[in-house]
Amino acid sequence: MASAPIAEPRAGARRPSPPSRPILDDLAIRVATVNGSGSQSANLVLVRALHAMGIPAAAKNIFPSNIEGLPTWFLVRASRRGYVGFRDDPDVLVLMNDQTAADDLRSARPGCVVFHRDDLKTPLAGLRDDVDLFAVPCARLAEEAYPPVAGDPSYRDKLRKVVNMVYVGVVASACGIGLEEVRGAIRRQFPGRKAKAAEPNIRAAEAGFAWAEEHLPPLPVRVERQDQTAGTILIEGNQACALGVLFGGASVLTWYPITPSSSLAEYAEDLLKDHRLSADGKATFAIVQAEDELAAIGMAVGAGWAGARAITATSGPGISLMAEFVGLAYFAEIPVVIIDVERMGPSTGLPTRTNQGDILKLHLLGHGDCRHVVLIPGSVAECFEMTIEALDLAQEFQTPVFVATDLDLGMNLWMSPRFAYPSRPLSRGKVLSAADLERLGAFERYKDVDGDGVCYRTLPGTEHPLAAYFTRGTGHNEKSGYSERPDDWKRNIDRLARKLETARGRLPKPVIEEAGHAVGIIAYGTSHWAVVEARDQLREAGVETDYCRILALPVDEAVAGFVGRHERVYVVEQNRDGQVGFLLHGTLEGHLIPRLIPVLHYDGTPIPASAIARPILDRERPLISDLTPDSALHAGDHGAMGVGGTSVPQGAAGAPGAPTGPSAE
Amino acid sequence: MAAEATVMVREPGREPFALPVLAYQGSASTLCKGCGHNSITSALIDACKQVGLNPYRTVKISGIGCSSKTPAYFLQYSHGFNSLHGRMPSVATGAALANRWLTILGISGDGDTANIGLGQFKHACRRNVPIVYLVENNGCYGLTKGQFSATADLNAPLRRPGGETNPTPPFDLCLEAIAAGATFVARSFAGDRKQLVPLLKAALHHRGLALLDIISPCVTFNDFVGSTKSWDWAKEHEEPLHEIGLIERREEIAIEQEPGQSRQVTLHDGSIITLRALHHEEHDVRDRAGAVRLLWESHANDEFVTGLIYADPDRPDYVEQQHLVETPLAFLDDAALRPGPEVLSALMDRF
Repeated sequence: MASAPIAEPRAGARRPSPPSRPILDDLAIRVATVNGSGSQSANLVLVRALHAMGIPAAAKNIFPSNIEGLPTWFLVRASRRGYVGFRDDPDVLVLMNDQTAADDLRSARPGCVVFHRDDLKTPLAGLRDDVDLFAVPCARLAEEAYPPVAGDPSYRDKLRKVVNMVYVGVVASACGIGLEEVRGAIRRQFPGRKAKAAEPNIRAAEAGFAWAEEHLPPLPVRVERQDQTAGTILIEGNQACALGVLFGGASVLTWYPITPSSSLAEYAEDLLKDHRLSADGKATFAIVQAEDELAAIGMAVGAGWAGARAITATSGPGISLMAEFVGLAYFAEIPVVIIDVERMGPSTGLPTRTNQGDILKLHLLGHGDCRHVVLIPGSVAECFEMTIEALDLAQEFQTPVFVATDLDLGMNLWMSPRFAYPSRPLSRGKVLSAADLERLGAFERYKDVDGDGVCYRTLPGTEHPLAAYFTRGTGHNEKSGYSERPDDWKRNIDRLARKLETARGRLPKPVIEEAGHAVGIIAYGTSHWAVVEARDQLREAGVETDYCRILALPVDEAVAGFVGRHERVYVVEQNRDGQVGFLLHGTLEGHLIPRLIPVLHYDGTPIPASAIARPILDRERPLISDLTPDSALHAGDHGAMGVGGTSVPQGAAGAPGAPTGPSAE
Repeated sequence: MAAEATVMVREPGREPFALPVLAYQGSASTLCKGCGHNSITSALIDACKQVGLNPYRTVKISGIGCSSKTPAYFLQYSHGFNSLHGRMPSVATGAALANRWLTILGISGDGDTANIGLGQFKHACRRNVPIVYLVENNGCYGLTKGQFSATADLNAPLRRPGGETNPTPPFDLCLEAIAAGATFVARSFAGDRKQLVPLLKAALHHRGLALLDIISPCVTFNDFVGSTKSWDWAKEHEEPLHEIGLIERREEIAIEQEPGQSRQVTLHDGSIITLRALHHEEHDVRDRAGAVRLLWESHANDEFVTGLIYADPDRPDYVEQQHLVETPLAFLDDAALRPGPEVLSALMDRF
């Protein structure tokens, strides 16, 4: 039974927070549960309820590579300032999992409000005297809210899930989350035929809420209603990419199951089946779950060659397998889109943890001289837009185009403005019809007619004697004939470089926020959200920064300009080796290279703001005289996620003693 | 232009039109003189001409190897794609989905299909992708100078000084194809043009994956005495099951059953394969288990059985299984490919 003392019930606990307990600007809740226990629904209810209160909210699921039984953590963040990045120093901790309860409690920050189910076997008493610890009778309240149903063999299983709604009610009460919003979020979680299941869950949340109102003192974790979420949606990056597949006009989707990209293909399949049928019910798309990633990319390449808008989605191990085909598609100039939802590598790595470790590989994938366009969404809206953009770019440049998202973006719920309908028609690229061929009287597949490196192609099925050409991965001349001649080879491979230069001018430009400061930050992808927050923290600590967010590879010339205008440029990445920094080393002029300082985070958790602000502050403090103490930074960063280690980003220590020292200027 | 210098292209639902014979030819072969692959190329050109194949709506897709070079040597009005080693089936699958009007000639070899590409080969069979899948089988790697492939004879000597003998038994690609679900499985010999041309014609009319495992001697590395992939051995041991004919639907000829002597298979497009049993005991090509038994026994008896071994003309092919619109996906307009703003708006309401 419960070994931790339950807080003394206080009569009349229901009263507004006293003035000494201010409303929180930023609330982070961490729920520790067991994978497969049905806690996901409960956690989503918390996020949706906060969102419905008008507070910017986001969620991160730190889950194991497992179906049932291993520990999982769910992190909810609600921030008046709109911060949606990872925060590892929660204000509220909910302990539902015996396996990790002790470790989770040890990792809590001082002053943390901790709720635990009262039937944990782990002794928690005495572990911490600097947190507020409350035992919640979750099982009893759940059973009262959802009494045994005679003759229902799955009652116990259902009850196990309903239990989770009790802590939802408790947290709602403690944090000032409206019960009406909770009810609405639960109903939303059980739509249509599942609507009946909403009622016991609502009763369980109400029971938790009522218990908390009666037993809890006022706690310093309350938030208040705002009006910042009107017109916004909550959506996962994989859902956003799937919508991009739908509205980008993809016609062949191939895939092989792999975490964390499987749900992208599955969402896309549902969307295509619902919205891409002709009047007579026939499909304007084909989907293949291939036998492996080799076949998935092979089918996409075959389809792209034959004129389809072909796309495949995978993650790191799949990218490794696709390398040979990507090189062929680059060299034979075949449009294809590959979405890489990055996970932690190398090797099988951490399949359910996030990372940006594929980014350089994507840019250079394939043997020999290969370079590819990579689009790097930093938000769910960009997941949508860039999937569409990639489908167009692949056609325009007849080449593989990557979309590099990551597990954090792909599988977590993010707040976003509603997506805008694409403003341009689908790009078809330089494709010659039979009539074109008749008019031109000649066709050479790999001749650079327009001087932009992009040649004309014909599609199989074009009924003209000039249409056919022979596609090959071997050396070829402008007529696509086999050639081993040095001049043919060099002309062709140089043209491919020219084509990439043309593409570079057409890619999304970096987003630069600049006000003449000495310190610059470069980041890309999901690091953006932590950078936004870290810049505010740094400003409060006296360090003003400018910011350049890269949206695509090859990098735009504006990035070199940005580096040139700053004395020190921190390159924030979620990988060990500073891969984009490495790429910049190869593209910047020599005197700019020492200005680059890597700030790296790669322990599998999403990057928190502190992992950026702290190393930058450590580095800047000796250089700037009038700094405020670093107490301006979040105290956090000691969460262990129950696995024993700390999440202090080793790479971020990278600033002092890193290979590239600070500018001596 | 002489009358024989043109071919009439015949497709269902379209007016026939004439193309020059050279549309069916290609550039000169760069393979070794006497290579079995050149004989197959020649038979394939004949078969394509005889069925009035539309080269514009035909693609030639291959993997890597000697055999995979051959698509340059025929059907120059057709798009060709010399892709990756062992990966022709996936490329062909993608092309078939992108453009359902295409006839797909998949050209492969024994290394390409039985070694590096066995997985893709079997999955293409399993899906019944509409490909005329030719394996030009010479039991060795020609382009890399004669190493064993997975169809090399057990105990075959390696054609290299000091080379060992092959310690592992071969795959029978017809057996593999039948097990995996291919719906047209045939074995033939590059030197038996009389059989090969009608088999190819029948394969071109078949709906689904048509595998032709064609023994094709490598004169440089595997034509020695005793090799089951040599010209002499194959000629001496070939045991044709039947005399094969094809009656194309357009000819509208009434066919009389000849029970006990011939069997016939009606293909999906109405064309009919006629089979007149030869020396071998009569074989029912629709009997899957019988086909497997026939192949097993031929190995036991050291026979080189050729002909149509298995056919299932009724199973829908992979493209049909997708319930696609009639217009090829490759040619769909924006209206078909991109739902309207109201759809996005309604979807946004769900999140």
